[in-house]
Amino acid sequence: MKYIKEFRDGQLAEKLALAIRQEADPDRHYHLMEFCGGHTHAIFRYGVQDLVPENVEYVHGPGCPVCVLPVRRLDDAVELALKANVILTTYGDMMRVPGTKQKSLIRAKAEGADIRMVYSTQDALRIARENPERQVVFFAIGFETTTPPTAVAILQAKAEGLKNFSVFCNHVLTPPAIAHIVNAPAEPGERPVKIDGFLGPSHVSSVIGWAPYEPAARDFRKPVVIAGFEPLDVMQSTLMLIRQINEGRHKVENQYTRVVTREGNRKAQRLVDEVLELRRTFEWRGLGYVPDSALRIREAFSAFDAEKRFALSPKESREVKSCECPAILRGVKKPTECKLFGTVCTPDNPMGACMVSSEGACAAYWSYGRKPEAVAATAKGAAA
Amino acid sequence: MCLAIPARVVSIDGDAMATVALEGIRKPVSTALLEEVAVGDYVLVHVGYALHKLSEEEAERTLQLMAEAGVLAEELEDMAGEPVAGADA
Ligand code: SF4
Repeated sequence: MKYIKEFRDGQLAEKLALAIRQEADPDRHYHLMEFCGGHTHAIFRYGVQDLVPENVEYVHGPGCPVCVLPVRRLDDAVELALKANVILTTYGDMMRVPGTKQKSLIRAKAEGADIRMVYSTQDALRIARENPERQVVFFAIGFETTTPPTAVAILQAKAEGLKNFSVFCNHVLTPPAIAHIVNAPAEPGERPVKIDGFLGPSHVSSVIGWAPYEPAARDFRKPVVIAGFEPLDVMQSTLMLIRQINEGRHKVENQYTRVVTREGNRKAQRLVDEVLELRRTFEWRGLGYVPDSALRIREAFSAFDAEKRFALSPKESREVKSCECPAILRGVKKPTECKLFGTVCTPDNPMGACMVSSEGACAAYWSYGRKPEAVAATAKGAAA
Repeated sequence: MCLAIPARVVSIDGDAMATVALEGIRKPVSTALLEEVAVGDYVLVHVGYALHKLSEEEAERTLQLMAEAGVLAEELEDMAGEPVAGADA
């Protein structure tokens, strides 16, 4: 229990830990997938896994925006950045993700591509206004939380008549990914992923609300609890999931009532819907092609669609060999099962996306000292 | 990058923009995703956009927890960093 002192309200954490121990059925194993990289981070930072009994296991999910972008789309972004007269703008997280032959945006930049990190789509618009003779492309990635700012930027560009701004749109959707994870058959030679319930993302749900998870919860009989990012939220949500599983229920429940409602942020949804529409299918790292799981720019805004404005060449994209990121994102492997973890692959020299972003499972394992031995040791110690 | 950070609105600047303040940092944010916003409101800021309004108590609680989780400094840096200037140097 070495992390427990760090909780703001240690007593509450202890009470929750006790309740979890009392209610978790010792004859059962609870596989709880935390979809979101934010939860993965909190679970590691606070050692939440150590506070719950051994038979309550957190399975790390694909909710790390940088991690799920397939190599091919990253290679496309590198190609865009290297085109003459283009300024590629991107969120900082993307810069170090290795593409095919480990070519990242940082390396493209070193080769002379004009790539600029931005904090906000507003910065990308400003760069476009300041450089009317250049083509400014915003490399848009992320889940539903990050999508509305992209939609707003496109609407603004249209209203302003900005002729040199476009978006390379890679926004993805959470509910179809959850459905896919429980529904997809195991890859050949791989153990099937076991999940008994989901900790649902909080900030994503503040935008879309919690209603969109209802079909997956109902159809696949898996409870979903929308959970805040703080460790106490994660623990309380864990207890809520255990109760549902014990009672054989599979509802969407909302632990994060402070911010999330059933409907979400209607205005943000309206703006997204005005500008973006469903892609029939989209590739995710690890999950493969997932139907109706991503968004593209509507025809009415095609002038701002980088995929229409620029010709992108077909390419043979490849992950770094023996990087287990894809299996980790499916929840079937742990970072410590990757041969490269901590030896060849470290945050300073990442071989895969899961080691780049602080939301990635490999980076979380690395930062909080979970070497293979430590993992085994804590698994035993957790029972105490 | 799914994290959002609470901040207080200190001025409404027109064109769906406002200035928020946090720990001595002032930052323009877009308010295009909110129905209405006023000076003194606390909002959750994500990639330069106010996503949500929240109460002062909730804002403070969240900030404290973020500080303890060691993610506050990183988020503040993201927010304060002259993003483009830093990247272009
Ligand atoms: S440790 Fe590195 S190489 Fe291994 S799965 Fe994680 S990101 Fe890939």
